[in-house]
Amino acid sequence: MTPARRARGGAGPRADATAPGTRLAPVDPPTTPPEDSPAPAGAELRDLLPAIEPERRLDDWGRSERIEGLFDRTVADFLYHLWFRCEVEGIQNVPADGGALVVSNHAGALPPDAAMIAKAIREEHPRARPLHITVEHFFKGYPGFSALLPKLGCVPAHPANVHRLLCDERQLVLVFPEGRKGTEKLYKDRYRLRRFGRGGFVEAAMRARTPIVPVAVVGAEEAAPIFAQVPALKKLTGLIYFPITPTFPHFGVLGMVGYLPAKFRIRFLPAVPTDDMGEEPWTDKGLVQRVSDEVRETIQAEVLDMVQRRRSVWL
Amino acid sequence: MPSRRILITGVSTYWGGRLAQQLEAYDDVEAIIGVDRNPPKVELQRAEFVQVADSHSLIRRIVDAAEIDTLVDTRLVVDSIVTTPRLAHENNAIGTLNVLAACNGPDSPVRKVVFKSSDHYYGCEQDDPAFFTEEMVRPHPPRTSLERDIVDAERSVGDFAARHPDVTVTVLRFANGLGPDLRTSWSRLFALPVVPMILGFDPRLQFIHEDDIVGCLEHAVRHDTDGVHNCAADGVLALSEVVGLLGKSYAPVLPPWGTGVAAAAARRLGVQIPPEMLRQMRFGRGLDNRRFKATGYRYRHTTRETVIRLGEHQRLEPLLRGAGESYRYERELEEFLRYSPSVRANAGRPAEVEGGTGTGDAGERAPRDAAAADRPGYDDLRADEVVALLPSLDQDALRALYAHETAHHGRRTVLRAIERLQRWEAES
Repeated sequence: MTPARRARGGAGPRADATAPGTRLAPVDPPTTPPEDSPAPAGAELRDLLPAIEPERRLDDWGRSERIEGLFDRTVADFLYHLWFRCEVEGIQNVPADGGALVVSNHAGALPPDAAMIAKAIREEHPRARPLHITVEHFFKGYPGFSALLPKLGCVPAHPANVHRLLCDERQLVLVFPEGRKGTEKLYKDRYRLRRFGRGGFVEAAMRARTPIVPVAVVGAEEAAPIFAQVPALKKLTGLIYFPITPTFPHFGVLGMVGYLPAKFRIRFLPAVPTDDMGEEPWTDKGLVQRVSDEVRETIQAEVLDMVQRRRSVWL
Repeated sequence: MPSRRILITGVSTYWGGRLAQQLEAYDDVEAIIGVDRNPPKVELQRAEFVQVADSHSLIRRIVDAAEIDTLVDTRLVVDSIVTTPRLAHENNAIGTLNVLAACNGPDSPVRKVVFKSSDHYYGCEQDDPAFFTEEMVRPHPPRTSLERDIVDAERSVGDFAARHPDVTVTVLRFANGLGPDLRTSWSRLFALPVVPMILGFDPRLQFIHEDDIVGCLEHAVRHDTDGVHNCAADGVLALSEVVGLLGKSYAPVLPPWGTGVAAAAARRLGVQIPPEMLRQMRFGRGLDNRRFKATGYRYRHTTRETVIRLGEHQRLEPLLRGAGESYRYERELEEFLRYSPSVRANAGRPAEVEGGTGTGDAGERAPRDAAAADRPGYDDLRADEVVALLPSLDQDALRALYAHETAHHGRRTVLRAIERLQRWEAES
């Protein structure tokens, strides 16, 4: 009884695959943040990824097809078709194979945009590829979220995680470079994109030599508007922020998902290639910042364009 | 450069003993010397045992006298329930310094050091990557004394490697081991009728089968694998998945806040959850094992298979009780068998100490062979001894054994145990 012996892993004994620079280094002040170092000799190591065991219900990231499918058929389906009535443009800009980094604007108290983008790719794309959604590390440490989110395809937003998914596993990864700054902004600041971090997402795409697919989403701001933040309650509950929305906190936990039926419009924009920028472009921080700003400008312009064109928030 | 004269520190640990047994099978290994405070727990044929504490001057004398070219350090305490924090510190931090000091210096014959470490080096934090690679340092300082000691020990090894560029230094960071013969905090937790979990958490865990632990060490001794390597089976499982594979149920009884207090209460009830494990039960940990695979090693079991094996063993355990090995190290006997001129070379145990001529492991391992039933020695085995060996057999061998047993002794305990095993195999 030897279930699912490794199917890939064809590479034979290779005595000298470790790069010369990887000799045992003395351990240094452990407080420094981990460098998202590229996997040494990526292409060779890709063959050594663990093969998929078909008997398993979860993958190595903790994603459960069963639970994700259940969520997809019920909640996501309802929201996508009936509640938000999503309208999708430019789905052909999502590559059919290979890794790609999908970059989107981010809004809403408990943002529905990630689930809708994932659903859009599943519904509209000729090859319904799974999307890996990067989320704050906070969710890994908060009970409940920690057990549930990985099952739905969420991955903590660590540079090493993004690199492994993009470069080694050649998957679609969704990032929100605005992060928390995007979701905690108030209703009065709607559709004004925040700073795009420190350009980490561009670095990740460059290292993996995968294209960046910008996405503009309109509707999430109105679906879950935030009128105020309550820092004292945030401290008390240990959440990343404590918003006042039309339904939260007065309807309790369920109020978190009490979305208003705003019309969603999702526009996938032409991909930005990163493999034509020379050797090791990520070492050029200026270039990284420039690409990051360009992507941000593109999304901001598209968002404003879509808001300008729409007749109604709800229809 | 192949290793010919090997010193194993910590030979009384499970993996130290098993490694010595494995290395005995190689003809080109001239000498295997095990040192430890306590005698080995497994039966060794030609490996020699010297009972010394990890004091560097004593080990140095052995290294020089026996011209040791390879040192394998399997001494590290990686599970904080086996000893007190003070002794663990003494063993892990100070002991490592001493052992390395014994192979220090320009005139040392040691050309290769293999150090068994643990993935507790990386710790468990909220902002960890999903798969640790070897270059990553932990994002936060160590949280428990055991983690601190392991980081200390690795720092000593790193310093040693930096000072001795001509010595091949291999550090193997093992994931939590699981297997029928291993007693760890995790295997104790999984032996409970209901496995406790922290409410709202379902961590990702990775294990390594006990045979693979020995296999990795053996591979590192036989090949030149310079640098740090993660050793963990393929596949990362969620804790709920592990419990499901074991055929048990889980209970999220530990509260997400004040978990430490609850763990202390559980200790009163006899369920020991060390602090490292508590953090793993919250955040989990995954390792990128590809670098060691790139050196040519292939894991025999995936994490899933490892857990399934453990489940099979757990179900068989009531049958095995009392049939366990009764090996005890007796100095006079071992010395007589190795050195007395009255012992004949192939009678029972080979007596060569050096330059073994390939008698290999035929004597000790015979009953483990698939064709056990055809071996002349089989009929002398007691029923409980046969039952103890059954899990190592595959389907065909079980069938052959069943036929043989029906034809000859027809012992009901044996027959029933085989039937049970076959049923489980069929089910899983």
